[in-house]
Amino acid sequence: MNLPYSRREFLQALGAGAAIGALASCATPSGPAKPVGRVIVIGGGFGGATAARYLRMWGGNSIEVFLIDREANFVSCPISNLVLGGSRSIDYVTRSREKLRSLGVQLIRDNVTGIDRDKKRVRLTRIEDLPYDRLIVSPGVDFLFDQLPGLNNVEAQKQVLHAWKAGPDTVALRRQLEAMPDGGVFVMAIPRAPYRCPPGPYERACQVASYFKKSKPKSKVLILDANEDVISKPALFKAAWNNLYKGIIEYRNNAEAKDVDVKGRLVVTDFDKIKGDVLNVIPPMRAGDVARVAGLITANNRWCGVNWQTMQSVQDPNVHVLGDATLSAPLMPKSGHMANQHAKVAAAAIIELMHGRVPEQAPMMNNTCYSFVSDTDVIHVASVHRYDAAQKTMVTVPGSGGVSASASALEGDFALGWAQNIWADILG
Amino acid sequence: MKTVIACSVALLFPVAALAQTPSPNVGRNLAATCANCHGTDGRSAGGAASLAGVAADTTIQRMREFQEGKRSATVMHQISKGYSSEQIAAIAAYFASLKP
Repeated sequence: MNLPYSRREFLQALGAGAAIGALASCATPSGPAKPVGRVIVIGGGFGGATAARYLRMWGGNSIEVFLIDREANFVSCPISNLVLGGSRSIDYVTRSREKLRSLGVQLIRDNVTGIDRDKKRVRLTRIEDLPYDRLIVSPGVDFLFDQLPGLNNVEAQKQVLHAWKAGPDTVALRRQLEAMPDGGVFVMAIPRAPYRCPPGPYERACQVASYFKKSKPKSKVLILDANEDVISKPALFKAAWNNLYKGIIEYRNNAEAKDVDVKGRLVVTDFDKIKGDVLNVIPPMRAGDVARVAGLITANNRWCGVNWQTMQSVQDPNVHVLGDATLSAPLMPKSGHMANQHAKVAAAAIIELMHGRVPEQAPMMNNTCYSFVSDTDVIHVASVHRYDAAQKTMVTVPGSGGVSASASALEGDFALGWAQNIWADILG
Repeated sequence: MKTVIACSVALLFPVAALAQTPSPNVGRNLAATCANCHGTDGRSAGGAASLAGVAADTTIQRMREFQEGKRSATVMHQISKGYSSEQIAAIAAYFASLKP
């Protein structure tokens, strides 16, 4: 048989729950359209909320969808660096998930404390365990604080912020910058790649420098990068630092933070102790705690391996993992845009699997990451990814993708348009 | 028991049948990769152009011009080169089938 999926693979992918669902609906062909099963989505960010929305948009009432998040609102990491620069407020990047209810998504605000993959149940703190037929885990990232001993306690983490999850910490870091006297030094430490949002730290340096240039012109931004070079849009960022922030931004490569002296306000590297007035240490990352609790981390103790045709975990065909938590395919960034694309592949595949059909074999994904080098001017990096059956992963399409010719206000307009469109695509 | 057996067989046959014809949702799924900038189902909230309801020939023509560098662009000359003619035709047909 010339099947792209072997029957065994297909039946594995289908999973027991969907097969039972299909049989049940088959036994009552003339009855009312009952849901074929239930999908629980953990994490209401760029990946999870998109998956919940598209499961209902494309699957109608055939699939019951629960979306669990511990926070009331969605706060977008993309664009949130503008809060540090001062040109946007945190409200601008904060959105309600309530519109998802009109599509029939059941929103639950709670903490997931456990996942029993054998019994297919999610354990919560405020309500009883919820059973699922399929589970989507889109937990984002959590941090390897043990690699920075001085930051490995809650009190220290309140003083030296990473602000790498947009929300109260973004606002708190902005307040630290406002409180800093002119002439002070903002020290940012960037972990080794891979981490969430490759261009994010370099954009942040621009935003803080933009604020200093206007309001605290004697102040400096010092970037300590664990990597050999700027790892996203290097020529464009360096051009911005040179053209817009000469004398304000200093960049040091191969300068990995190994520890933090919170009291002394020092970042410790192998060679140096660097003093700052405001420290912003971004720790190394791994898949979010929920992925660890569920036993879905398969690579380097950090990331979750997936089948890119369906986003199914390599550990469990009934569980799909999205977004930053995945072991990224080659040249695939950990970005909100990418998580949104993962979610649509997962939603399409889940609908097919739960109806006893074969999911699409050759998914496509793309990515565009915009970075604000000032209040108005923006640069991008773009890529297009296709599934490669021989390599069983996503690969970039040769000849596609690239970066901006130079920073421009036109791309600034497109970046804000992108934000409006993707937030609406995620949340309705 | 008879019903269950009949259903089990019925479950397996459509698999073979479907696998040999392109998924009816190929256009929809490919078009969904455009939504991040062009809005859900190509209905833009601002910035990039709306694509819903645009004639298929128009979308195909624009994409070709982007690919060939004949149409000015900030990013679409880079994104368009990632999609094959068949994929672009499927995307264009899907957007053409939607109300603006």
